[in-house]
Amino acid sequence: MDFSLTNEQELFQQMIRDFAENEVKPLAAEVDDLERFPIETVEKMAKIGIMGIPIPKQYGGAGGNNLMYAMAVEELSVVCATTGVIVSAHTSLCAAPILENGTEAQKQKYLPKLASGEWVGAFGLTEPNAGTDAAGQQTIAVEDGDNYIINGSKIFITNAEFAHVYVIFAMTDKSKGTRGISAFIIEKDTPGFSIGKKEKKMGIRGSATCELIFENVVIPKENLLGKLHKGFGIAMKTLDGGRIGIAAQALGIAQGAISETVKYVKERKQFGRPISGFQNTQFQLADMNTKTEASRMLVRKAANKKDKKLPYSVDAAMAKLYAAETAMEVTNKAVQLHGGYGYTREYPVERMMRDAKITEIYEGTSEVQRMVISANMLK
Amino acid sequence: MKIVVCIKQVPDTTEIKIDPKTGTLIRDGVPSIMNPDDKSGLEMALQLKDEYGAHVTVITMGPPQAELILREAYAMGVDRAIHLTDRKFAGADTLATSHALAGALRKIDFDLLITGRQAIDGDTAQVGPQIAEHLDLPQVSYLQDLKFDGVKTFTMKRHIEEGYQMLEVDAPCVVTVLSSANKARYMSVGGIVDAYQKEVEVWGFNEIEVDEANLGLKGSPTSVYKAFARGLKPAGELYEVETDEAVGIIIKKLKEKFILN
Repeated sequence: MDFSLTNEQELFQQMIRDFAENEVKPLAAEVDDLERFPIETVEKMAKIGIMGIPIPKQYGGAGGNNLMYAMAVEELSVVCATTGVIVSAHTSLCAAPILENGTEAQKQKYLPKLASGEWVGAFGLTEPNAGTDAAGQQTIAVEDGDNYIINGSKIFITNAEFAHVYVIFAMTDKSKGTRGISAFIIEKDTPGFSIGKKEKKMGIRGSATCELIFENVVIPKENLLGKLHKGFGIAMKTLDGGRIGIAAQALGIAQGAISETVKYVKERKQFGRPISGFQNTQFQLADMNTKTEASRMLVRKAANKKDKKLPYSVDAAMAKLYAAETAMEVTNKAVQLHGGYGYTREYPVERMMRDAKITEIYEGTSEVQRMVISANMLK
Repeated sequence: MKIVVCIKQVPDTTEIKIDPKTGTLIRDGVPSIMNPDDKSGLEMALQLKDEYGAHVTVITMGPPQAELILREAYAMGVDRAIHLTDRKFAGADTLATSHALAGALRKIDFDLLITGRQAIDGDTAQVGPQIAEHLDLPQVSYLQDLKFDGVKTFTMKRHIEEGYQMLEVDAPCVVTVLSSANKARYMSVGGIVDAYQKEVEVWGFNEIEVDEANLGLKGSPTSVYKAFARGLKPAGELYEVETDEAVGIIIKKLKEKFILN
């Protein structure tokens, strides 16, 4: 057993850190403040392969692995959680299910454009009445000759406004519940398909979270992803992978808050000395760092198992549960240690605390993760 | 066109501290990086590769861990990497270093040799010019910009104290480049994955063409008399006030320190 990074991984981490520090961090406050999707960052990430890290070279990807991908989402989220989730949703929720379930023709058609970042990807499962209870899908797809006709809507879709390709789910046999759901690939300009209301969110405010609306959207049968009625399994498996990305995002947010706090407590003086000299500060920092490092180990373990093609569903659930709750706790403490200044937008910990909350909710709430983990223990 | 770029691994001096008692560098935990001037020179070479399809080789002399910057160079897009390492090179000053590098460069065909202006650890700016002298090639130092005519002539913009000097120089030649000349590209993710599949050629004394007497400690006329750290001063206090008030503050401070009664 070896907990250290290889030279290759260290070089990769050095590159991502440089990129995050120089290209992503300077925009983080503005992206949050103006609720602006950082399209220029996406273009820069595309140029150096960040939009296709775990996609094989034969499909135009970088040929890296899931551990590198998780490290990238972590480092990006250290400085900007919006940028972290853009990469995570694009990679884990759109490119990955096409790679894992697509026909050769689908892979050839979509993966090179997604991996190169020419196209941004999104994923549509959640509906107003189907959140954790994904079986409550009301979007329907009806067979019509060589096509499917899709009607319905999706909400809370990350990247929605700027994506070119969407992996979405719809009922193909309503009588069968989860066994009547199928997955489809939909392109941006398909007639009848439109982007609805953009959400005004607490955190990750630049990630362009919108509704998707389907009004008699006709798509050819070759856009069915995986087998008919097998969409629920595809969605669950996709979310298993997505959880590694979100866990990495949460980990990055926690790490970012720690870095900011360490800097602040050395500078901030009260009672004639830096507040880093007080034992309360020291003990809080120790707890923050220990939990964050524990999160990192869980994230890397889950990613490593995925890379080794071992079952990783429970590992991903544990990583996401722990990293998300750690991110919330650590950012809360970071704001507390910053005092009144931490409550203002002059310091990034205020944003980080708002960004952290979503990691306990999306791609499976913490309650869902507990269900996954305990179900495995009690089976 | 064939280009060779000399690069060096250096401690990141922006993060370095000096032990106040011994006057030596505290290297623990200090990351090693590609020297910034060299990285800028490498970017210059890669731009010539993008535009003219130049073949780019990087070479470094250093201990085994210096391999990392050669992998970094591969990940940025170079075609060949050579690691010059041998116990006989150890303890080299700039002259012995330039002899070793020149010995290796005699074995490589090139039209343009690029080095950084100077390394941030030694700050001598000597190695590039010394290599040019050993190889008897024209040299232009302190480059801010370089354009190629696509045949054999380079137009160079050289930074000098009074401003800039423009020169036209034919290949082959040696240039030293400033870090301000280029913003180096990032390594690409795919490039990093590939970098570890590629071969780094390891060359020792036997692979190069040089007189052994010019190498290592024996070939190094430089000796360090003493190294010491400048004492640290705390940050001063700045007052932007009228003269009368300033005089009052100064007198108060001097009294606090018992310089005035």
